[in-house]
Amino acid sequence: MKKVYAKEEVCVGCKLCEVYCITSHSKYKDVLKAYKLDSTRPAPRIIIEEERPISFSLQCRHCDDAPCVKACITGAMQKDPETGVVTCDTDKCVGCWTCVLVCSFGAIVRDLNNKIASKCDLCAETGEPACVKNCPNEALVFTEGGI
Amino acid sequence: MDIVIIGNSAAMVGAVEAIRKHDKTSNITVISDEKYHVYSRPLISYYLADTVTEEKMAYRSKDFYQKNNVKTILGTKAVSVDENKKTVILENGDLVKYDKLLIATGGKPFIPPIDGLDKKNIQTFIKLDEAKKLKSSIKPNSKAVIVGGGLIGFKAAEGLHALGADVTIVELADRILSTILDNESASIVTKRLLKDGIKIKVGTTIDKIVGEDYVKEVHLKNGEVLPTDILIFAIGVTPNTDVVKGTSIKINRGILVDRNMKTNVDDVYAAGDVAEGFDMLLNSNRVVPIWPNAYIQGETAGLNMIGIENTTNGIFPMNSIGYKDTYIITAGIINPPDESYDVMVKADLDKNTYKKIVLKENNIVGFILINDVDRAGIYTGLIREKIDVTPFRNQLLKDDFGYINFPKDLRKSKMLGQEVR
Amino acid sequence: MSLNYLTPEFKVLRDYDRCINCKVCMRQCANEVHSYDEDLDKMIADDYKCVNCQRCVVMCPTHALTIIKHPQVFRENANWTYDAIRDIYRQAETGGVLLSAMGNDRPYPIYWDKMVINASQVTNPSIDPLREPMELKIFIGRKPDKIELDENLNVKTKMPPQLKLNFPIMFSAMSYGSISYNAHASLARAAKELGIYYNTGEGGLHKDFRKYGENTIVQVASGRFGVDREYLKTAAAVEIKIGQGAKPGIGGHLPGEKVSEDISETRMIPVGSDAISPAPHHDIYSIEDLSQLIYSLKEATDYKKPVGVKIAAVNNVAAIASGIARAGADYIAIDGFRGGTGAAPKRIRDNVGIPIEFAIASVDSRLRSEGIRHTISLVAAGSIRNSADIIKAIALGADAVYIGSAALIAIGCHMCQQCNTGKCNWGIATQDPNLVKRLNPEIGYKRLINLITAWGHEIQEMLGGMGINDIESLKGNRLMLRGIGMTQKELDILGILAAGE
Repeated sequence: MKKVYAKEEVCVGCKLCEVYCITSHSKYKDVLKAYKLDSTRPAPRIIIEEERPISFSLQCRHCDDAPCVKACITGAMQKDPETGVVTCDTDKCVGCWTCVLVCSFGAIVRDLNNKIASKCDLCAETGEPACVKNCPNEALVFTEGGI
Repeated sequence: MDIVIIGNSAAMVGAVEAIRKHDKTSNITVISDEKYHVYSRPLISYYLADTVTEEKMAYRSKDFYQKNNVKTILGTKAVSVDENKKTVILENGDLVKYDKLLIATGGKPFIPPIDGLDKKNIQTFIKLDEAKKLKSSIKPNSKAVIVGGGLIGFKAAEGLHALGADVTIVELADRILSTILDNESASIVTKRLLKDGIKIKVGTTIDKIVGEDYVKEVHLKNGEVLPTDILIFAIGVTPNTDVVKGTSIKINRGILVDRNMKTNVDDVYAAGDVAEGFDMLLNSNRVVPIWPNAYIQGETAGLNMIGIENTTNGIFPMNSIGYKDTYIITAGIINPPDESYDVMVKADLDKNTYKKIVLKENNIVGFILINDVDRAGIYTGLIREKIDVTPFRNQLLKDDFGYINFPKDLRKSKMLGQEVR
Repeated sequence: MSLNYLTPEFKVLRDYDRCINCKVCMRQCANEVHSYDEDLDKMIADDYKCVNCQRCVVMCPTHALTIIKHPQVFRENANWTYDAIRDIYRQAETGGVLLSAMGNDRPYPIYWDKMVINASQVTNPSIDPLREPMELKIFIGRKPDKIELDENLNVKTKMPPQLKLNFPIMFSAMSYGSISYNAHASLARAAKELGIYYNTGEGGLHKDFRKYGENTIVQVASGRFGVDREYLKTAAAVEIKIGQGAKPGIGGHLPGEKVSEDISETRMIPVGSDAISPAPHHDIYSIEDLSQLIYSLKEATDYKKPVGVKIAAVNNVAAIASGIARAGADYIAIDGFRGGTGAAPKRIRDNVGIPIEFAIASVDSRLRSEGIRHTISLVAAGSIRNSADIIKAIALGADAVYIGSAALIAIGCHMCQQCNTGKCNWGIATQDPNLVKRLNPEIGYKRLINLITAWGHEIQEMLGGMGINDIESLKGNRLMLRGIGMTQKELDILGILAAGE
């Protein structure tokens, strides 16, 4: 399946991926409105690691054998058998953080405002992850089979 | 082929989902003494605290059995197994034939033999029915005594406190959550519970129960007397092996299984809290009664039952638990048994954060994280995959420890496409 | 600390209605202009530090930033200008030579803009390059006095080594050290894809880029950095650098702190040592000495590679060029006084040298008059800004042009002229790994290809308009140019007529 991969050699550490991730998952699909108006502005679903000069963003790897899906105590975490996308049903999630415990990528974010596990859904609604689309240096690619 | 699963929880779902990925035709029958659609056991404390409705406790969608072509016998207890005739005997006398059998009966709460157990308002807390019962009997300011400060007692305390009860935890060990926390971390958590008025008695346990019809007082071994409206036993859970008693299926603490989750008897498998499987950290068999483990063991059993060779890499204890704004994530060996282990600790008691990592030779074998729990799974992964942490050992305790601290090759192999189980 | 008299040059305007405190500007500014103030819960800016590189402006996701020239003025004075006063403040403060970067930015006449190009009307009709072949290919190198053919009309004459260019454009010498690894990667890869050449400059050839050798011109400069047998063998051509347009007559100095492990290996000097390029080559004091070096290099490369000479455009450029041609060079690159640099003393950059337009015209005229024009190719450099400048340069007599600043602008340079600080926010003129990674060579090389391809189309259009179907036919064709607003003397030197004549 197509996944987001980071080229750390050209990641500039600007964190625009985070800005656009938040925007993409806010009810307004506009940067300005997401930040200025959205009272329930979601947490970014991206982890950005930085120790200059190295930086990169890390999103859910949508593992084939996803530990978070198996460990989830509520059944909120599910892997779509067709697309392979792992998503968290925020209606079911109770914020127990068992997924945080088992994800070896540390890619699941605790959204403490909404007490739900927040994770990359590859912007399934739009078809192209917003972080990839808006990376100013093409440091994120959305592709099949790794890079 | 007829596959029979005794038990209707995580291990069952793991098995069914694994089987149905490859085998759409075998008959699967699920037998359980509980009448409910498969629900999430760990959610009963959330249900108790009113943060989750009964409907939302469903672990899988309502059409789970239908979609997976599973026949269910719910509300009827399986009482024994005849491994020679390959039959499960139900409490109503019915016989269920199997070609492959999975025993996933979970655990049963342990109640110590003491005086006064016949009084009313005494119960355990591991099933939905028990949560319902507790919910109906609890009133604001009810005096609730919980015997056992382990995972179940802890979550029961949270739920009861949320309902306005006056909660006291009685724990025999010198600290609460003694199996997953050390003294320092337990003190942070204790402090948080005390702040909310939850009382904690450690180093003692229940001596006797006093009352007429209803429980009225609990007498502790240290001489203290606790006025009590409701008494909850949460001392521990033992593998529920009743159904195989008297058979040739070997039991130690739990039903002994190999790494395919097979028992010593052909065509009989066990998984979840009833099973004593391989613990990769102890390098021996052990009952690890946690939800994720049940699913994984069920999955392994399911695959092997349909002839697909599959072994677990072994499991180890791990828990994510919390009380309101206090978060606890722990895994593996957290109190090293001898000098051959190394321990790294970083604590900030003002911020109530605590990070402890236990290493054996060059591998992480356990950790405790209090509050600073983000990305805990990276450590879990390092344990699970037995990764040599020598190159980044001195960075393990960093606040933002992450893949950036891995050697570049390791980082790239993980992040750039090569999936890791 | 005494009072610093300097006031900010630029002002950062932030539209707080649009600012979302995302801190992208803060993370992207190597000059640390932007910061987040927790008490105010606002992003703030220190105008003093801003160099107007516009990285923040371009990166801001809500377009909240604008940078303007700071409105602070001195009392109006046509003589004591803003720059004149500030330069004195700076020197009184530091006691040092003023450093600057990129090309001469003084308001000297730009002769390209005083020349206009001809087009055909009715007679000698124009050509549509979309429908008819239009040749942009040229060859750099000495051409034989005559061509002999055998009975099958194959060329019998042994041709001297030539560089074949698909476009009459090459990327100027810019050393690894003055620009980044990723900038070099972009230039090298683009040159290869385009079928043109890039030039290592005097900093040696990084081992990673040896694979682009067929599209590489290597320089041998007064510091002789990175020169060995393999360096010469790897390249397509060798260029002796005598001078450069931004700082004729002086050498170069790469401070030791910029000599990293990688640069040290490439330049073949110890890590942390100053890389000094002397003003002259210490073995060249005459045309004969130059000839000796040319032939040494030809000998070292088995006479298979063109050897060129690069000089700055100065007063006696025509005579010097004649000498170089006679010394045996295969091409001469002339760098006008607007040529860029990573660092040059400001007074020299702004006051030494002559415009490339005059230099090309006078060199071409001189070589023609001596009957040796065909023995050497002529490359014009020093602020070629667009395809029309190229047409004009070739019509004045150049074979091809070098572009440096334009290539850097294509990959992100915003002309803030701060290369010498090493804090290029666009990852070009810097060795800071935090900044270098901002230039993604995957993007850079494509942008360079786009630029040259676009210019190629424009050149074809203009050639077609003149009724010419081969760029070679434009070379020295000064009748295709007319001058506007020039003195007769200027027109005479350029060898062109006034518009209307």
